[in-house]
Amino acid sequence: MRTVTIAILLAAGLLPVAAQAQETGSAEIANVNSGGQSSLRGLTELDETRQADAFKQIPKDRSPFASAYVYQPPLIPHQIRHYELSTNANKCLSCHSFKNSRESGATKISVTHYATREGQVLSDVSPRRYFCLQCHVPQVDARPLVVNDFKPVDSLQ
Amino acid sequence: MKLIRIFWRRLSTPSKAAAGALLGMGFVGGILFWGAFNTGMEATNTEAFCSSCHAPIVTEIRETIHYANRSGVRAICSDCHVPHEWSDKIVRKVQASKELVAWAIGTIDTVEKFEARRGHLAHREWKRMKQNNSQECRNCHDFDFMDFSVQGQRSVAQHSTALASGEKTCIDCHKGIAHRLPDMQGVEGWQ
Ligand code: HEC
Ligand code: HEC
Ligand code: HEC
Ligand code: HEC
Repeated sequence: MRTVTIAILLAAGLLPVAAQAQETGSAEIANVNSGGQSSLRGLTELDETRQADAFKQIPKDRSPFASAYVYQPPLIPHQIRHYELSTNANKCLSCHSFKNSRESGATKISVTHYATREGQVLSDVSPRRYFCLQCHVPQVDARPLVVNDFKPVDSLQ
Repeated sequence: MKLIRIFWRRLSTPSKAAAGALLGMGFVGGILFWGAFNTGMEATNTEAFCSSCHAPIVTEIRETIHYANRSGVRAICSDCHVPHEWSDKIVRKVQASKELVAWAIGTIDTVEKFEARRGHLAHREWKRMKQNNSQECRNCHDFDFMDFSVQGQRSVAQHSTALASGEKTCIDCHKGIAHRLPDMQGVEGWQ
């Protein structure tokens, strides 16, 4: 009889401990690193899909944004939907080449585009400059993703 | 001799019933023919029909403005390639019979053959559009109703000058509006 009572009491005393153990177990699971990443843009968990941002609209023709640093490739101040840029055709150069800019009134490409990597000047656009979109992209009204106190150098302000 | 004369009279003065029957048959036949003819013209205007021989073109057109755009209004192959004027339409359809011959020979039946011949075909199409002052474009885009206040600056600069004066027509400036281009070396205004 006595041993039975002691056993019951012991068991009763152990119950909360067991329960507690279980709680800490589940707490531990919640803390398991699921491969998320915490950065300036906030915390992202691998198992959660973030709501996609709205598409950025490319505004109709407007004057180009000011350069932020020296030698920045200027942004494209207009729509370029379906403009072909391939070995067959270069729609950009049909307005911006030295030859065509006179008639189209578009900004001429820079003379640097005629030079090879070694600085040799060619009679036409250098192959390394042919694919315009490697450096130039259409400008959109996109605010910086993170707080940023970058300022252009004095000469550009 | 007399027999012949009687027979001739029979022939030259048909009974009213026979004349009626003849007229009726002619009328019904005419309607059937007209219907079949126009149905044929319509059926050969669908995208599915063109795609049976121009598969590569149909896949690449999907990214262009005349396939998908904000307003959902579309231009299909025949809008740009088959004239609306009835007489022009017939002429183009008869010309298209030539395509059947080319198809039988297999001038563009592989992607490689098509790419090799593409420049030639494109030049033919540019020439045709230049000659008819880009009539197909103008069936939808009427210069008289272009509102310059809502067009981009670049569009206004060109449309209010070279286009307005008639010095240039749509296809002079909008080559490749619906397709990928062939090698443009030597084409006026390019490279
Ligand atoms: C029976 C197959 C066939 C069908 C169907 C067909 N085409 Fe063609 N098409 C051809 C071939 C083959 C050529 C190339 C002709 C050549 O090599 O000279 C061609 C050439 C063309 C060209 C080039 C212009 C020119 O003067 O040759 C255009 C434009 C064209 N087709 C539009 C269309 C359209 C629009 C349709 C649908 C209404 C269509 N085709 C349906 C076989 C076809
Ligand atoms: C069946 C009618 C139709 C025909 C034919 C047609 N278009 Fe269009 N086109 C449209 C519509 C509709 C839009 C614009 C849709 C929108 O912006 O929502 C458009 C848009 C355009 C644009 C604007 C492109 C852009 O990126 O904003 C150009 C340029 C153009 N068409 C040129 C042409 C030329 C050149 C031709 C003749 C080869 C032609 N169109 C034939 C209906 C047509
Ligand atoms: C002298 C050259 C020239 C001619 C001729 C011309 N265009 Fe354009 N068009 C342009 C340029 C440049 C743009 C702006 C850049 C672009 O969209 O590629 C433009 C833009 C357009 C647009 C888009 C307008 C906007 O700002 O949203 C349409 C639609 C259009 N053209 C239709 C036509 C049609 C239809 C014709 C013939 C009746 C025609 N164009 C003739 C040069 C021309
Ligand atoms: C908005 C007008 C427009 C529409 C829609 C259009 N085309 Fe064209 N097509 C052209 C023009 C303009 C050319 C001349 C070449 C160029 O500028 O790309 C051409 C050229 C062609 C050629 C000659 C080869 C080449 O690539 O240049 C073929 C074949 C052709 N089109 C077939 C088609 C078929 C098939 C469709 C339907 C899936 C279609 N086109 C829809 C305007 C159009």
